Amino acid sequence: MRIGVLVKQVPATENVRIDEETGTMVREGVEAELNPLDLHAVEEAVRLKDRLGEGTEITVISMGPPQAQKAVRAAIAMGCDRGLLLSDRRFAGSDTLATARTLAAGVQKAGGFDLLLSGERATDGETGQVGPAVGQILGLSVLTFVSAVESAAKGSLVVRRAVEGGHERVEAPLPAMLSVVKEINTPRLCTLGGKIRAKKTEIPVLGADDLPIPPELLGLPGSPTKVVKVSYPQITRSGKKVAAADSLNGAVEEILSVLRGRGIV
Amino acid sequence: MNEEYRGVWTLSEVREGRIHPVSYELLAWGRDLADTLGVPLSAVLLGSGVTEQAPELIVHGADQVYVVDDPNLAHFKADSFSKTLAELVNRHRPEIFIASATSSGRTVMPVLYADLETGLTADCTELGIDTKERLLLQTRPAIGGNVMADIKTPLRRPQMCTVRPRSKKPLPPDRSRTGRIIAEKAVPGSLSSVMKLLEFLPEKNVGAPLQDAEVIVAGGKGMKKGANFALLEELAGLLGGSVGASRTAVDLNWAPYSSQVGLSGKSVTPKLYIACGISGAVQHLAGMSAADTVIAVNTDPEAPIFRVADLAIVGDVLEVIPALIGRLKS
Ligand SMILES: Cc1cc2nc3c(=O)[nH]c(=O)nc-3n(C[C@H](O)[C@H](O)[C@H](O)COP(=O)(O)OP(=O)(O)OC[C@H]3O[C@@H](n4cnc5c(N)ncnc54)[C@H](O)[C@@H]3O)c2cc1C
Ligand SMILES: Cc1cc2nc3c(=O)[nH]c(=O)nc-3n(C[C@H](O)[C@H](O)[C@H](O)COP(=O)(O)OP(=O)(O)OC[C@H]3O[C@@H](n4cnc5c(N)ncnc54)[C@H](O)[C@@H]3O)c2cc1C
Repeated sequence: MRIGVLVKQVPATENVRIDEETGTMVREGVEAELNPLDLHAVEEAVRLKDRLGEGTEITVISMGPPQAQKAVRAAIAMGCDRGLLLSDRRFAGSDTLATARTLAAGVQKAGGFDLLLSGERATDGETGQVGPAVGQILGLSVLTFVSAVESAAKGSLVVRRAVEGGHERVEAPLPAMLSVVKEINTPRLCTLGGKIRAKKTEIPVLGADDLPIPPELLGLPGSPTKVVKVSYPQITRSGKKVAAADSLNGAVEEILSVLRGRGIV
Repeated sequence: MNEEYRGVWTLSEVREGRIHPVSYELLAWGRDLADTLGVPLSAVLLGSGVTEQAPELIVHGADQVYVVDDPNLAHFKADSFSKTLAELVNRHRPEIFIASATSSGRTVMPVLYADLETGLTADCTELGIDTKERLLLQTRPAIGGNVMADIKTPLRRPQMCTVRPRSKKPLPPDRSRTGRIIAEKAVPGSLSSVMKLLEFLPEKNVGAPLQDAEVIVAGGKGMKKGANFALLEELAGLLGGSVGASRTAVDLNWAPYSSQVGLSGKSVTPKLYIACGISGAVQHLAGMSAADTVIAVNTDPEAPIFRVADLAIVGDVLEVIPALIGRLKS
């Protein structure tokens, strides 16, 4: 089986800045890491490879600046076989549709997969739209919020999906796109051997000219959504402190007044 | 050609054969948008045997309802639902199409917008109209709530977004409202799905699923023992809420995993979150800091949970909660 995993590099620190002009994230000079939720997608791919055995190969694909090869190597260190980086200035400013188009073209360049995995969402953009959009563009079965892969063989798979109030068991044909939730597994730590292998692995880089997408459908021009304004809200909580030891009744009254104020009682 | 696209649409959500109340929240948003633009508000209803419920959508603000009532649509599936919606959108051309940011909304809309090649804004908490440009103005938090972004889709149609549940109250039901219920057809190719729902495994929880709950009463290690969670269940029952838990409480088997809130559990956005004997570790805050209002009860005046609390009660949960229950009952 051929497995692909989409991983995104995200800013590690909380002090993310947005370019006020273009409404896109400033990535230069910000420490970056592999999106924490993508670790679960990588882990699931490696577990499937262990389960399915011989002939299973995992390719990691990322779109991002040249430094994003670090995220690809981090995934290889966990047990993926190959990497591919899509990097070009002309990809900058992509919204989720332009990102999905570019990634879908990258997947095709890599030869396509039986199973494509993504994280539930990236911790910066937080839309959770890229995975299902890539799946739709490539015509795959789209399965979101996957919390377990029960079986994957003979052209079909059975997964569990975490939805409101419980889990669905769903059967779907391969090839399929799965976006996975964090409850699916606990990601492994990478071994020293894995790190050495990752360091030695060559990561091919493809740019806009390598993909069959017209330039007007890439990057900022190819993005239907425009971020027109950003603001930094202060999470203000009134933080009123009341000691129950002084007066238990007083404390209860304070709670009741909040409940009334919010229309709950 | 954008002028061919007129009207505001909301996607109704059906769970277990019934219209889910988030559909009415969307109609409240949609009503504002449609009135500002001076266009009709239409609700889209997909399901099996759902036609008789369509008038409820009129009662809650829709001018018309497009219904596709077909046994193939009995259960939500990404492919059949998105193909059917694409057919309706291409037939009737709404300028705006909004859905709830629930598991099904966050699945079908990303598939649909990629098919239609338009823009999709995720998990909005505020919607408005830029009347000068006749554009939908979509506001959403990103980067862990550190940033609020205003987003527009200037050129492509429809302008699509998902909207965070509980970001608006439904309109009061108005039984005197009238509207049109329009039975729509979709081609067999749209209605068919490659997916098969084998089984639904419900969680054994008190109250509504955590992600839907308006009020969450959550307990941590400070509850001292599992039996004390009965207090939280009683309080949740009185407030019409559900019970949540910290990971420590779940690890101790005081509560099921399905009620765990936080990084390795659920992200919740209730109107009110009452944290009882929870210290407020970052991994816990990751799942609940987007709650509208937070009340925390903790014996430690320095507990980190107090930093995200609107009301901090320094005290013993085993005294405060029974006293609160007593007052609510009397
Ligand atoms: C404040 C702000 C708000 C935004 N809001 C929107 C919006 O509402 N709609 C919109 O269309 N765009 C929006 N964008 C743009 C969006 O963040 C970018 O397109 C981003 O590259 C991808 O979206 P995401 O971070 O939400 O990823 P998600 O869709 O949350 O990512 C889900 C998964 O897809 C995979 N993935 C995502 N990106 C990549 C990548 N570059 N390489 C490999 N795999 C990847 C990963 O597996 C990831 O876990 C916004 C940007 C900013 C700065
Ligand atoms: C990778 C990772 C993922 C994690 N994911 C999650 C997650 O999803 N959700 C989660 O919750 N945690 C998660 N954790 C664990 C988290 O770090 C904390 O350990 C956990 O949240 C603590 O639970 P607690 O607040 O119940 O217990 P404690 O931290 O032990 O706090 C108990 C609190 O109760 C107070 N208290 C004691 N007695 C009383 C009393 N009588 N009345 C009132 N207050 C009292 C104490 O002052 C203290 O503040 C994760 C950790 C890691 C490393």
